[in-house]
Amino acid sequence: MSLLGRTLVGVAVVVGAASLQAQVGFDRILKARSEPQNWLTYSGDVFNQRHSPLTEITPANVKDLELKWVWQTRSLEKFEATALAVGGVLYTVQAPNDVVALDATTGRVFWTYSHTPAADARTCCGRVNRGLAILGDTLFMGTIDSHLLAIDARSGQLVWDTVVAKSAERYSITHAPLIVKDKVIVGTAGGDMGIRGLIAAYDVKTGREAWRFYTIPGPGEPGNDTWSGNSWMTGGAGVWNIGAYDPETNLTFWGTGNPAPDWDGRQRLGDNLYSNSVVALDADTGRLKWHYQFTPHDELDYDSTQVPVLADVQWQGAPRKVMLWANRNGVMYVLDRRTGEFLKGKPYVQVNWMDGFDEKGRPRRVPGKVPTPEGTLIQPHVHGATNWQPPSFSPRTGWYYQAHFENSATVVVEGLSPRPAGINTRATTMGQTSLLNFYNNDAEAYGVVRAYDPATLEAKWEFKMSDITWAGVMTTASDVLFSGGKEGYFFALDARTGALLWKAALGGQVNSGPMSYAVDGKQYVTVAAGNALFAFGLK
Amino acid sequence: MHVTARLVAAVGAALVLAAGSAYAQHETAFDIEDGSRAFRTSCQGCHGPDGDEIAGVDLGRGQFKRASTDADLVRIIRNGIPGTPMPPVNMSETQAARIVAYLRSVAASKRSVGAAGDAARGRSLFEGKGQCATCHRVEGVGGRLGPELSRIGQVRRAAELEQSVLDPAAEVLPANRFYRVVTRDGATVTGRLLNHDTFTVQVLDSTEQLRSFAKADLREHGFVVSPMPSAKGTLTPQDVSDVVSYLVSLKGRAVR
Repeated sequence: MSLLGRTLVGVAVVVGAASLQAQVGFDRILKARSEPQNWLTYSGDVFNQRHSPLTEITPANVKDLELKWVWQTRSLEKFEATALAVGGVLYTVQAPNDVVALDATTGRVFWTYSHTPAADARTCCGRVNRGLAILGDTLFMGTIDSHLLAIDARSGQLVWDTVVAKSAERYSITHAPLIVKDKVIVGTAGGDMGIRGLIAAYDVKTGREAWRFYTIPGPGEPGNDTWSGNSWMTGGAGVWNIGAYDPETNLTFWGTGNPAPDWDGRQRLGDNLYSNSVVALDADTGRLKWHYQFTPHDELDYDSTQVPVLADVQWQGAPRKVMLWANRNGVMYVLDRRTGEFLKGKPYVQVNWMDGFDEKGRPRRVPGKVPTPEGTLIQPHVHGATNWQPPSFSPRTGWYYQAHFENSATVVVEGLSPRPAGINTRATTMGQTSLLNFYNNDAEAYGVVRAYDPATLEAKWEFKMSDITWAGVMTTASDVLFSGGKEGYFFALDARTGALLWKAALGGQVNSGPMSYAVDGKQYVTVAAGNALFAFGLK
Repeated sequence: MHVTARLVAAVGAALVLAAGSAYAQHETAFDIEDGSRAFRTSCQGCHGPDGDEIAGVDLGRGQFKRASTDADLVRIIRNGIPGTPMPPVNMSETQAARIVAYLRSVAASKRSVGAAGDAARGRSLFEGKGQCATCHRVEGVGGRLGPELSRIGQVRRAAELEQSVLDPAAEVLPANRFYRVVTRDGATVTGRLLNHDTFTVQVLDSTEQLRSFAKADLREHGFVVSPMPSAKGTLTPQDVSDVVSYLVSLKGRAVR
């Protein structure tokens, strides 16, 4: 090719790339499914359905997937981030807080922005990050020293840096931010270390705070009387997973974490609002519209920081706008997302701390199922039945897909820390990710992916794993489901039957949710396993 | 050590450790057990199972170089001692206090069976009448199906070893569990479970071969009770004491 010819081709490629990488307006985020080649939010859309409209990979050909590239991080922290995909570029986070832009077809790095967290940054369960948000040409990342950063998506340069809370007071941010209109919203983790949790919105252009909602009401505010004494000041209720947004009601929904101290409620008598709740906030003002508390006065570390999934379903013969929530406490819920009305709740694993609900949906506690110095068998374990891993909802099947586990432990408490005990001592405390299997037989503890009918909360099928799982779930519009597990497999199931269609041994725990994108019409599926990001496509 | 001297030492240790015992009011049996586990994980690699393998330091008897109170001990556990091999240990004050509670508790009880036995005779029993070496390996001699024991005296106390000899199924660590598979053609393989997942299982079989199976190719598979027999029927109490003394003496080779 002549020099002129090469130059012309080069110009054409640059122009093409510029149009592909046009600014990501909020209207595009609201209609994310109309551009299936991209993945614009943590779970693919503001409803958190983690459902890709791409259909090139099907149940019939998924067996032909092959590895396209691997990107190895320079981090030994858990890799929990889901990448964003915009116009052939992937944006992800190398834990704890390095933002990386990758070529989506080769895995080659365009640029890296490194944030060095303050020395006083503390996290309960790993120096992790679950991903980014994008609006316009700007990426947003919360950091483990509780900053919110805006970074130019083309150059990787810092645009602004706002301190959300003081890391010295044990505040941190580990989840992907949520964009709503011209605001970027984050919450703060640190609920195990006596913070007062908060959710705050910032102007995307300036980084100035627009509103702030404390997950624990202050004196004079409704709910403050659900905390004895001054326990509200350090009561936890952290926020460490992304929220959802419903444009119809302009409400943003966030799950909150456990009250502190975690396992000893004697110092914080009362329901401890709004710990272990979902709060629905006006996205413009941050004002509370409604809340539902999953586990009042929790002493079992049942954070309600799961990813809220919004869906429109048939409910008792009529369409209903609902929120689906498989909670760490072992119970699955259907709430009316406009009003917060409790529609249904049902245990989805062995549960012994509650045995039903009152007429308003408040759980009925089983007396004595609290940690004691002598030890109490608790189901589910302090790990929960699920934890933070992102689920999926397929509009095609109408089913809610969840990775979770059967798991129980005798929980012993004296002071502020639990000691899981029992067969083989199960010496895996919250947050550790030991590869050592800690069960004696296949029935004692195992992981599953299940499909649930939201109308009944009955499982339609189950795919069982030997070990528990911390992997998320993604479905596609061709009815393929992708997930993985602690054993290091990445696999594809038939979303309608649960049949295993394909698997790859990646050699490291899958601690993330899969996502899918396309470049030049070719569909890719990625998942992080161990300390690397893997991309697969058809041969 | 003479019995009287041991008693005096134990009482002395209890008194020393009780001084400045800021954590005693919260101490439970569970704290002590938890402290024991943490001690095994974080301390005994250098200090030994009885806490007496660093010159001038005997943790079980309250003999320290730099600490005089529990608070001192907690601080040293968490911060280490600069300029010495004692590193800081990343644990909470509560967890460090549980180690201290454990150290206090062992002062009067730890020197049980073991010191009373004849280790040389124990070795003979281990390799002969007891048939222990059939499955257990010491310094390159013996089978591989059971746990390697060349350093067992470094990581297990006498009472724990005695329990393993008399009641082997009482506590089996995950790494030492036994598994049985039956292949589609009816062949049965039993061995120590090395790993398994949703699709595969890996064992060291009874002929000491490393074997891996796809679960889809198996007719059945699952855990089985440890094949290790109790010594109750074959060894006398004195034999057991001698074997335990031998095991306690196994500290591993010095690194050269």
